[in-house]
Amino acid sequence: MENAIAWVLLFPLIGSVACALLGMANRKLCYPISIISMAGATWAAVETLFQAVACPSAEVSYIFGGWVLDLFPRGVGIEFRADLLGALIALVVVGVGLIVSMYAKLPVEKETPGKEALYYPLFLLQITGLAGIALTGDAFNLYVLIEVAALTGYGMIAIGSNRAAAATFNYLILGTIGASLYLLGVGYLYIKTGTLNMVGIQEVIAANNLHDSPAMQVAFVLIGLGILIKMAFFPFHAWLPNAYSNAPTTTSCLLAPLVTKVMIYVMIRMVLTVFGVKFSFESTLWSEFMPWLVVIAIVCAAVMALAQREIKKMLAYLIVAEVGYMVGGVWIYNFYGLIGSIFHIISDACMTLCLFLATGIILRACKTTHFDGLRGLFSKMPLTMIGFFVGGFSIIGLPPTCGFFSKWYLITGGMVAERWEYMVVLMFSTMVMVVLFFRLIERIYLAVSESGQNLGKGHGDLGLTKEQTKLRKHPCRCLSLY
Amino acid sequence: MKWISLIPVVAVGALLLFAATDFPEWGDPKSPASQSPVSSHFINNTGVDTEVPNMVTAVLADYRGFDTMFETVVVFIAGIAVLAILKGSGRRRRGPRTTYKVEAEPDLIVTNTVRLVVPVIQLFAFYVLAHGHVSPGGGFQGGVVMGASFILIALAWDLDHALVRMSLPRCMTIAAAGIIIYAGIGFLSMFLGGEFLDYAELERVLPVSREMARYHAMLGVEIGVGFTVTSIMFALYANLSSEGRLKGGL
Amino acid sequence: MFEDGAIINELLIERLNYFIYVVLLLIGLHAMISKRNLIKKLIGMSIFQTSIILFYVSIAVKDEATIPIYKAEHDRHGAASKAAALELNSSDEAKPLYAPAELQPEETQQYANPLPHVLMLTAIVVGVATFGLALALCLRIQQGYGTVEEDELLVKIERSDARYSQSPLAKAINPRRRPARTSRKPRTASKATRVSQKSASSPKSTGATQTKKSAPKTKTTQPRKKPAPATRKPAASSPKAGNQKPAVKKSSVRKPANKTTSPKKKGAE
Repeated sequence: MENAIAWVLLFPLIGSVACALLGMANRKLCYPISIISMAGATWAAVETLFQAVACPSAEVSYIFGGWVLDLFPRGVGIEFRADLLGALIALVVVGVGLIVSMYAKLPVEKETPGKEALYYPLFLLQITGLAGIALTGDAFNLYVLIEVAALTGYGMIAIGSNRAAAATFNYLILGTIGASLYLLGVGYLYIKTGTLNMVGIQEVIAANNLHDSPAMQVAFVLIGLGILIKMAFFPFHAWLPNAYSNAPTTTSCLLAPLVTKVMIYVMIRMVLTVFGVKFSFESTLWSEFMPWLVVIAIVCAAVMALAQREIKKMLAYLIVAEVGYMVGGVWIYNFYGLIGSIFHIISDACMTLCLFLATGIILRACKTTHFDGLRGLFSKMPLTMIGFFVGGFSIIGLPPTCGFFSKWYLITGGMVAERWEYMVVLMFSTMVMVVLFFRLIERIYLAVSESGQNLGKGHGDLGLTKEQTKLRKHPCRCLSLY
Repeated sequence: MKWISLIPVVAVGALLLFAATDFPEWGDPKSPASQSPVSSHFINNTGVDTEVPNMVTAVLADYRGFDTMFETVVVFIAGIAVLAILKGSGRRRRGPRTTYKVEAEPDLIVTNTVRLVVPVIQLFAFYVLAHGHVSPGGGFQGGVVMGASFILIALAWDLDHALVRMSLPRCMTIAAAGIIIYAGIGFLSMFLGGEFLDYAELERVLPVSREMARYHAMLGVEIGVGFTVTSIMFALYANLSSEGRLKGGL
Repeated sequence: MFEDGAIINELLIERLNYFIYVVLLLIGLHAMISKRNLIKKLIGMSIFQTSIILFYVSIAVKDEATIPIYKAEHDRHGAASKAAALELNSSDEAKPLYAPAELQPEETQQYANPLPHVLMLTAIVVGVATFGLALALCLRIQQGYGTVEEDELLVKIERSDARYSQSPLAKAINPRRRPARTSRKPRTASKATRVSQKSASSPKSTGATQTKKSAPKTKTTQPRKKPAPATRKPAASSPKAGNQKPAVKKSSVRKPANKTTSPKKKGAE
């Protein structure tokens, strides 16, 4: 079906409008509608991936409005280009969305009762925005979709407690600065090239040899800065720990694996498609100093993660560290590094999802995610803990989990490019993560029953957790096999 | 403390001014943006492709209609998110708030003027929406004027008067209906064989030429946009002015 | 200094629009970063976004060009050309006159570039949506913490964070029924039901609930002063334990965690 690439966005869009309308009448309808629309979107994303693989130029191009390329100039209509990378990221987005939407029923009812008709539309529109970011081929359309994803994110986080609202305000200010800097950069590109289509911009840059013009350099810096703010790279990461740890459970399960990774995809797309490899790596100075900034970022994030006593905040700082890995993988200017970075996007999405889902179940059962509240949890919730351990091993990078392979590629890239600082910091942070996770594993597995009475509630809630682990077993098994 | 924050600001300013020297002069007709095939196509061929004299509306609703759909979705998101954030949070144990119990009576002159003026405003809103094809205007502009008319009712009397006419569930329904209209026209085009939002395919169901099909479909999507913007503008005002309680307020 | 080719001439005269927008952008950015009142930050955000809109719209300008709406002679869809077509009454020359035709390059020069205007329509709407959302957040923060000044807000948030991140073991040293409700989220799900829940279905004595309202005024001062750790808890808990009502202790410490009324009361004190 040739419209599959449009259906990836249209299924969640219809679903969200249906949830908003029907949810006002009957709140229980929102959950099935969201599952159906996410299933449809997943099917469409798989279909798009197959089409992209089958196509001779390895990309699917679809222009909304029918302004086909042989009759009209490129850039007259809005183009969606799904090459293999974009189609893969879109599949990851809707896949994660499907899993989280299956999980979402109980947490949403418990944490935001009465607001399902408002939460699920935001949820589905977030997926629409993120999947659109992965598929679009037009720079300004990318800005609109970034704002769709951002605004729904603000709504989904602030729907929780007052603390979440305070965290969201900070996120909003920083996110708006980031998106506006991106918009400004696109304006600079437009003023020098005259088109907004990504491939069109690259063609004009190559044709007019704009590589050395100051406007292009500054456009690169602006777009880069904007995207770095949105992906929570080190000095600009201040919004992420508060926002993700104070958010409702489902929100953090959805946002944490996806938002920052999709922004890294945007950076890769800008570097490879819009500006071109020659410009990005050779005409600018970024590939010289970015790995050093990455080193600082990973070290600081890992150290701050060590300092946390609470799982969600620790995982949030781990996300910042993982972002550092991926940004470093891109900027060491190496084939292996880029492969590692892209693979790490996918695997990090999976392992972050796994960990946040497990944390959500722990929160449901024990009413706390503080380290001290987790003693002896393994005997009570073995399945969930196995899932958590698998996720932890994947973050550390133990074979055969996916995290091992992506780290392998990143380290190989560092060696081949002779970026020893990047390699050293990867090893260092792996050690830090070993400490982090084994500390937790010790508490969960070994220390039994000394604080049994504190967790008396957990025992009784085992029935509850069993139901949720049933939903979660599948991602766990898949992830461990993966 | 404030002086430290000047450093990044000045750095950004220096960076931007450094790039500004490379830009074309203000108003230069030979600048790349003005000479590009994309803009030239828009200026030269809007009449041929769509028979709409207003190039901006044609680009907004037809050539880049997908962006406009997401713009409408953004407005919808704002309404839902504000509802989500403020709903149910207005009931605080603060003790009785006396501020909104003591209200001035609606003023005679204001209410009677508004009573005369609001129908005219709404008619003007319809005009702005419908005439967007040939003069500056369109769905967003008309929708905002219409939403402003409801806000005027709320200001002149009180929020309850306006809510009687445009309650929040009705607002959300109309907003969702606006997106359904927009996406519906797109789906109709898709089912008739074109891409999503390819309005020319509507010539198979409407007795007009391909170009006029685009013309009429543009009006259709602008109506959808107008619905959404009207209702969300008013819903935003109602929620923000009454802190989610939908009672009292300004 | 103002001669052709000098930097001041280039920036300020030929490219005045870019200079103006940079100044506005810096004003907005400085306000967003350095102001301490949340509403002032939002005003800065609005100025920042407006400057970007101004930048784009100034790209679209062409010398001696009019707005991007077809003039009467180019608009072959309008009434003028229809009338002219009717004059040539049923001859074949009427048809071509009425058909829309592509403009020639010299006619293209007469119209401003429509694309940046379109992009900025979208950007304005997105900016309005963001601003509305941000104002709703400010309202929620005001309801929850009683202030929109960032420094006061940070103090209150730090206190509540410190309390929230206390280890459950530390909380359990106090032999009250604490562990079931150490997490913030289920509590804050719905304020109204929480309050009614406490008064209606709380397993504690209902007598405690009446004193709950007055008790927090005096009791909350104590848990507020402690930063975090378990060591000070026993010391602090003894005056409270002496102050009867075990359930009130639990609720009085829980409530300030996301306290709405006590900041206002404390402000009034």
